[in-house]
Amino acid sequence: MQFGERWLRALVDTDLPLEELAHRLTMVGLEVEEILPVAPPLDGVVVGRVLSVAPHPQADRLKVCSVDAGQRAPLSIVCGAPNVSAGMMAPVALVGARLPPGDNGAPLLITQALVRGVASQGMLCSARELGLSADHGGLLVLDAALPVGVPLTEALGLDDRVVVLKLTPNRADCLCLVGVAREAAAICGVSPRLPVVAPVPAALEDTHPVRISAPEGCGRFTGRVIRSVNPDAPTPAWMRERLERAGQRSISALVDVTNYVMLELGRPLHVYDLDRLSGPIDVRFATEGESLELLNEQMVRLQPDMLVIADHSGPIGLAGIMGGNSTKATSATRNVFLEAAFFHPGAISGRSRRLGLSSDAGHRFERGVDFDNNVAGIERATQLILDICGGQAGPVVDHVARLPVRAPVRMRVERARRVIGIAIAEAEMAGAFQRIGLEARLERSPDGDAFVVTPPSWRFDIAIEEDLIEEVARSHGFDNIPALPPVAQSAMLPEAEGMRSLHEVRERLAALDYHEVINFSFVDADWERDLGGEYAPIAVRNPIAAQFAVMRTTLFGGLLSNIRHNVNRKLARVRLFEIGRVFLRDADAAADDWSVAGVRQPVRVAAAALGSALPEQWGEQPGRAVDVFDLKGDLEALLAPAVVAVEGQAHAALHPGRSGRVLVDGVPRGWIGELHPRWQRMFELPSPVMLFEVDAEVCQKVPEKRPAELSRFPSVRRDLAVLVDESVAVGSILATLRGSLPDRVEQVELFDVYRGKGVAEGRKSLAFRVLLQDTQKTLTDAEVDETMDLAVSILQDRFGCQLRQ
Amino acid sequence: MSPDLEAIVAEARSAFAVVSDPAALEQVKARFLGKSGVIPHLLKGLGGLAPEERRESGARINAAKSEVELLLAARREAIAEETMQSRLREESLDMTLPGRGRGRGSVHPVMLTWRRVESIFRSVGFDVADGPEIETDWHNFTALNNPLDHPARSMQDTFYVDVEDEQGLPLLLRTHTSPMQVRYARGHTPPIKVIAPGRTYRVDSDATHSPMFHQVEGLWIGENVSFADLKGVYTDFLHRFFETDRLEVRFRPSYFPFTEPSAEIDMKFSSGPLAGRWLEISGSGQVHPAVVRNFGLDAERHIGFAFGSGLERLTMLRYGVQDLRLFFEGDLRFLRQFA
Repeated sequence: MQFGERWLRALVDTDLPLEELAHRLTMVGLEVEEILPVAPPLDGVVVGRVLSVAPHPQADRLKVCSVDAGQRAPLSIVCGAPNVSAGMMAPVALVGARLPPGDNGAPLLITQALVRGVASQGMLCSARELGLSADHGGLLVLDAALPVGVPLTEALGLDDRVVVLKLTPNRADCLCLVGVAREAAAICGVSPRLPVVAPVPAALEDTHPVRISAPEGCGRFTGRVIRSVNPDAPTPAWMRERLERAGQRSISALVDVTNYVMLELGRPLHVYDLDRLSGPIDVRFATEGESLELLNEQMVRLQPDMLVIADHSGPIGLAGIMGGNSTKATSATRNVFLEAAFFHPGAISGRSRRLGLSSDAGHRFERGVDFDNNVAGIERATQLILDICGGQAGPVVDHVARLPVRAPVRMRVERARRVIGIAIAEAEMAGAFQRIGLEARLERSPDGDAFVVTPPSWRFDIAIEEDLIEEVARSHGFDNIPALPPVAQSAMLPEAEGMRSLHEVRERLAALDYHEVINFSFVDADWERDLGGEYAPIAVRNPIAAQFAVMRTTLFGGLLSNIRHNVNRKLARVRLFEIGRVFLRDADAAADDWSVAGVRQPVRVAAAALGSALPEQWGEQPGRAVDVFDLKGDLEALLAPAVVAVEGQAHAALHPGRSGRVLVDGVPRGWIGELHPRWQRMFELPSPVMLFEVDAEVCQKVPEKRPAELSRFPSVRRDLAVLVDESVAVGSILATLRGSLPDRVEQVELFDVYRGKGVAEGRKSLAFRVLLQDTQKTLTDAEVDETMDLAVSILQDRFGCQLRQ
Repeated sequence: MSPDLEAIVAEARSAFAVVSDPAALEQVKARFLGKSGVIPHLLKGLGGLAPEERRESGARINAAKSEVELLLAARREAIAEETMQSRLREESLDMTLPGRGRGRGSVHPVMLTWRRVESIFRSVGFDVADGPEIETDWHNFTALNNPLDHPARSMQDTFYVDVEDEQGLPLLLRTHTSPMQVRYARGHTPPIKVIAPGRTYRVDSDATHSPMFHQVEGLWIGENVSFADLKGVYTDFLHRFFETDRLEVRFRPSYFPFTEPSAEIDMKFSSGPLAGRWLEISGSGQVHPAVVRNFGLDAERHIGFAFGSGLERLTMLRYGVQDLRLFFEGDLRFLRQFA
């Protein structure tokens, strides 16, 4: 919503400077977004009359004009405009005037100059030269009635400013000047000077028949016939000016009048060409298969919940949104039918969005339009049409079908005080209602006093007690409500030691040399297929771009694209992580307090590394490339003290021989491995990328801490070296030994893997460290030997190991 | 003839002084104190003297012996000290060389904000909750007093996905963290104090809007939690978050379907590059009674406030980041500055 300052001031008598008024409007909820000048400063530009035009002696295309600019004597001005003629009125920039910057960005200073040998004492100006519009077809032609010599800014009212409001959807009543004036007047403590609308007596008996078949959609339909109008009559300058400053382009006098009344009174109107109506008007819902060409020439397919205006020819307008093309007023129109209807918001809202339309009427009707100013709107428009276009009006016919019910709303004084938090006096509450036109009655009762308000026809946002509390708070001023330190019972929050917060997980990953990124949750469908092996990810129905078409089921895609971004910026070592949800279609997922049926949305933690294992630094062998075991070590450190197991398994994104499932407590919790060389090429990455992704939960869970008793007896270390087939997984040997040896075995660790000289092809040498200890006594050699013999026999029998000497 | 003991001591002193390693010192020591050294030799020679003279001479010789022994010990210590010093000189390092090891990563700046917001609110007893990002229409809109076709829905352009709920309505990407109000409140009894930070989505993408961003929702429901309390809590939060009292906070009337009265919260720094401009920082208000009823509570008895703030916005203001897009590009040159 926007309008010129002067229009508002015509309705509200206040001395407040505009900036202060704007601030106060903002503080009662009508946010002033911008204040813009309607024209640049035009000092030294005045209204002039061209007295005579003579040819320039040196140039065919220039004229030498004598101009009365209100100075002591006429000025001689050289002018090249095609439309200059004797007798015309045009703006004159006097010597010393400064015109707004043109294409070169510099203001133009008018000086006394010789133009091809003829002195020019100023300049006749086009609208573009004055910065008023882009029109440079010739001189700006001014109204012949304007007084010569008067500053142009004053003559055209260019010292006006445009006020742009950013209104919230509940305040549709302020989508018109009267509505804004009501609030502005309340702020200033004055009464608004609302336009006086006098009935225009009927000069004809003509009416047009109207039927309301859908009273649940159309509550009221007020109409009037006006005959013998001149559709080509020009819109008066004052109206054009107000419309333009309110953001409405002037179209034709008939359309301009309807727009003007809508902006002034908040009363949308429609004007039909009476002679193009075939039969009575019916307001009904569309039937399946009907379509309509709107007045913007867009064809729309109507749906059965869309309210239409129809006649014998079918739908001729989309009720409350936009008229039809077949019956609109044109320059051939002589007789018109004016409509001022009330449509229920529920019958209008959402429809224009569905059709991809937007209109001023639709915007208003879906929020709520005053249902008590239909007749006033018609009378106001009739008077303006008769004044501008001439014609004779028939009687006003007002069909009332079903109007909104305005039930009285009670606001208990105590409840208002409790919700707002301070003791506002009853008298102040009464004033708050009265100032903005809410009729309020105070009901006294032993249980507490209450105000009873019947909401006016223009307010659609007052239905419950809180709506009135809001009016009281607004009127009191949010600024005047204190910011209280709250008083509350305090209870300590639980602090679960068994669960790390995700912030701690982040800190751990940062300490492991990974940088956190945040990627969009919607990704390219190709990534899902390639990196997630997911052919049916959840699709976004209305993505902003094709590469954001589906919901991710893995964090890998985002991380790889981040790596590419950094590699393209010449970084050779990139280590990143992300923590976020993935989205898995799962018909079995049930809804509960924390989840939605049909979708699982677990939080995952993923990391990726490319380049050298350590940052390039002195004193280290340069650039050992990161490998999966570096990442596995990081994952182990991240989850510690929980124990990570990995079993070799293939994954769509990963190198099949260098990938595995991550198991925690035997349960699959994620994946780790090296990026498949195919995707490395596809992402144009110069070296292999190591990746892992696990459920965030396993990074957060901390096993309970129950320290064992410390032994006072010495521990014994024995090492075992064995040869075994390459195909035997070290993980299974370790797991078996740890699970099978007696309690006195504290630790079994792998400390070396060797292949090469002395080890046959296809075999590997493994060295294990076994730590033995008893908490109650010193172990005897016999006990140690017995345990180690058991270990050896497990290695030989279960894994075909051969003991190395 | 009595031996010139002073000369012997002087000789020992100069002999010790010229050696500089422990082995050579032991050899010199033998010359004076060894079995066949000068001083034992003199002591042996006492045997032939008269008792009176023997006692007197013995005392003098022993005094000289002690003196030589002291000289020896001092020289030993000096040599050890020199050895230590030269070893330390040899072992000295350029301590200005950089340290070695793995690098240090970083936490994303928006997450730093998230964490600080959590700890500030936890300090006055707010719980922290998170929930689904793919939401039902009911939780995201209807339960929050924003039914289908309501004009307020156009305030939040919504992404929909190809999964439907039990009513046949498409699931959506939550447009705010407010659905968490409903989810949390339905599982708890008042007083309810919770914040819910998380990812949110709107169909909007330009220099100042990202289709995905983060919000933190706050909710406090009790028997007497008023609008004045909202002002108190949120103003306090801003002072703590920005670690300054030199900022102004204003509440101005606004509209959200789920609060009434509703307020937009603006803040203004009184110093720094953004000083003097009102900056929108949060939407807030007293929870609408229809929403309180959707929590499963008695709206007559329970009142309270809610607010929702953008974490990117807070982060940009806190760290002076100008371009929203930097948060989502994963550019290390930006991220590592937050290590």
